[in-house]
Amino acid sequence: MAHFTKATSVKDWLNQRLAIEKVEKVMASEYWIPKNINFLWAMGMVLAITFALLLVSGIFLLMYYQPDVKDAFYSVNFTIMRDVDYGWLWRHVHGVAASVVFLIIYIHMFTGIYYGSYKKGREMIWVSGMLLFVTFSAEAFSGYMLPWGQMSYWAGMVITNIFSLGGLHLDGLVEWIRGDYVPAQAFLTRFFMLHVLLLPLAIMGLIGLHFAALRIPHVNNQDGEEVDFDAEAKKYLAGDKAGSKVIRFANDFMSKDLMVVGFFLIFFFYLVFFQYGFALDPVNFDPADGLKTPAHIYPEWYFLWSYEILRPFSVNIGLLAFGFAQVIFVLLPWLDRSPNAVPASRRGAFSVWFWLLLIDMIVLTAMGKLPPEGMFSTIGLVAAVAFILLWVALPFITMNEKKV
Amino acid sequence: MGKAFGAVAGVGAVASLVAMKKTWDPLPSVKAAGFTTLDMTIYPEGELITEKWRGKPIFVLKKTAAMIAKQTESQKARDIVVGDSHFMIAIGLCTHLGCIPAYIPADESFLCACHGGMFNWAGEVTKVPPPRAFDIPPFKIEGTSLVLGEVGPEFQAMKDSGITL
Repeated sequence: MAHFTKATSVKDWLNQRLAIEKVEKVMASEYWIPKNINFLWAMGMVLAITFALLLVSGIFLLMYYQPDVKDAFYSVNFTIMRDVDYGWLWRHVHGVAASVVFLIIYIHMFTGIYYGSYKKGREMIWVSGMLLFVTFSAEAFSGYMLPWGQMSYWAGMVITNIFSLGGLHLDGLVEWIRGDYVPAQAFLTRFFMLHVLLLPLAIMGLIGLHFAALRIPHVNNQDGEEVDFDAEAKKYLAGDKAGSKVIRFANDFMSKDLMVVGFFLIFFFYLVFFQYGFALDPVNFDPADGLKTPAHIYPEWYFLWSYEILRPFSVNIGLLAFGFAQVIFVLLPWLDRSPNAVPASRRGAFSVWFWLLLIDMIVLTAMGKLPPEGMFSTIGLVAAVAFILLWVALPFITMNEKKV
Repeated sequence: MGKAFGAVAGVGAVASLVAMKKTWDPLPSVKAAGFTTLDMTIYPEGELITEKWRGKPIFVLKKTAAMIAKQTESQKARDIVVGDSHFMIAIGLCTHLGCIPAYIPADESFLCACHGGMFNWAGEVTKVPPPRAFDIPPFKIEGTSLVLGEVGPEFQAMKDSGITL
């Protein structure tokens, strides 16, 4: 039995029972962050804040939303948007945040690729991050079903049909996922459950894993330099704050982080109040109709690149290419054969690879939005093939890289 | 001890997975509502009419004399004859990922807006990505009516020869 003494203060009382001082040191004041970083290192905090915005706005939407095929559309477009005071605010915050969170995720991902932050002990950060990307994608998709408009219905139809896996004709599996021959009541209620319970739980668990994976290797820095965190921390605590290469996570680094978050929130609320239209597709303001496909179907912008990899091929090859695109990013730490954990700018051919990949994904995104006709079909096909070839080439490019 | 505990827990885990799988299955009420009867005498020639069966659109196109005259062997195999009339009857969902292709009467063909697939008036693919012609729903001819959801000899023959899934 542990020995407890009469507490001298509330803090001491808590400290004896919860070791709050020790926890504070491990998590904040003696969690060391290198000084040699830039604003891109604040994207994690921006994502955490965006997730909080999604959670809070989602809680308020949940109080009026009705997961019923007859009522869902009106509960969103009439009750929440017109009847509920400030209901529009929660919906616009939720919709804009769902879109912007992917913009920041992509920036966060490509920052990691550029600076080699998935190497030398940081593999689990990358893998848990990619799992977060997958769960966020599922969360975005399931949430898109809920207003039960035309885009909800037809996106649900198309995406669940992917699980028939083309030539394998697993129609039974598709019907099992839907709970019906077509997306209907059973489908809406189960995706509602996924969106408001199971997937958010998974996301919160994965965020915990993502942070934990970061604690031992620490964050990378702008030069990929291997910092001896124990030695630098000692220097800092001995008073040589200027000479040390690290600062405290809190409050020092946090104050910089929150400044970037501040700028982000100005941009975010500008979108929420003045430019929310981009996050609300006009086609989805028609109620779901199983007997009428909208003239032009496209996913939200953040799925366009992988959609465009599916589209130009015949069904089986398209599905293989699509499956390839979904898993290949996870394998990055092992496909990159070079031991160099430095910025792409100092890695020769890898630098070219990095920029080609980024440009290719932007081209795929643009083509995915355009109708699949003529010239656009051809450009889309070339970009989709290029995407696969770039990843196939990566091990060979990096194998021959000189050690820097 | 560990093995015994593992075995008991394993049985429980498998049993729960079975229950979870079954809970996600389509409900009996959904499965039961699977039959639709169509009166085949009411359709105008050369005009696409969309019916509904199991929540899915069903294309019914009564073929014109010109269409019947120019049918190829493979198109004849998909032809559904009720009385004296010839029909193209199919599930109106693209066999790629299930969007509803639009009928363009001028071209006598279907265009899917989702991924650009095309089908001709007989339901055959003329442009990928769709992997196969329109699926034909199970049907049974009863005089001048057609029952969707029931398997008649004509449908069974089509299924056996691989014309539809």
